[in-house]
Amino acid sequence: MSTGTATDTTELKELIDQALAEREDGINKKNKITIIAWDGHLDRVWPTLILSTTAAASGMEVSVFFTFWGLFALVRPEKRTTGREWMTKALSVLNPGALKRAKLSRYNFAGMGPWMLGKVAEDYKTPHPTELLEMARDMGVRLIPCQMTMDLMGVKKEDLIDGLEEPIGAATALLEMKESAIQLFI
Amino acid sequence: MDVITTTVDARGQSCPGPLVTLYRALKDVRQGDLLELLCTDPGARSDVPSWAKLSGNELVEATEDDGLLRYVIRKARA
Repeated sequence: MSTGTATDTTELKELIDQALAEREDGINKKNKITIIAWDGHLDRVWPTLILSTTAAASGMEVSVFFTFWGLFALVRPEKRTTGREWMTKALSVLNPGALKRAKLSRYNFAGMGPWMLGKVAEDYKTPHPTELLEMARDMGVRLIPCQMTMDLMGVKKEDLIDGLEEPIGAATALLEMKESAIQLFI
Repeated sequence: MDVITTTVDARGQSCPGPLVTLYRALKDVRQGDLLELLCTDPGARSDVPSWAKLSGNELVEATEDDGLLRYVIRKARA
């Protein structure tokens, strides 16, 4: 029903360009979620793992990139200290380490907070992050340690739990995010 | 084909429990088969339909009786 005016043609061209751009976006993005797990606190890692397992259960591809304090969620529970020399060792002691010992970012009250939250979750049958981490791994969630954090903090591969992906750097993390329909930084 | 072949009992579990249990059970079900999910998590009311949309499986039926939620799902993908 075009009247054939120049305005109509321009408008139509704009609409086509917009539709093409939208289609291209759809093609470039996989049915995938990438989460950057930066914080190691219990109340941050917990939702990260709930979202990861739920996404995997929904048939999505899932990558979680553990960097900075988030990396310590992947430390073996029996490994209390990591590090190269006194500074990185001291940092690992100050930091609660493994998920089992993770603190709350607020209302920690010398461990009372996490204990109460754990108790309530148990009664309510919400799986604890340590359990969710195993679930995620079994469901094919790609758990990826940050190479730079490992080098910086002197965390060795043998300090980390089994079943992880090879450590990657920032560029690979960006690539993971770029091809994902959803990207989160938690 | 319209016979429920599997019942998944996720009563008492809460987020993300029912969906993880459902996902695991779905692996052993053939494409096109019907599966029944029983749960009591109030979050499932919104989460099961969302999960169906995300995963591409078909939510055939959703009923509720005295806090017991029942969903019938048809497996879409192999």
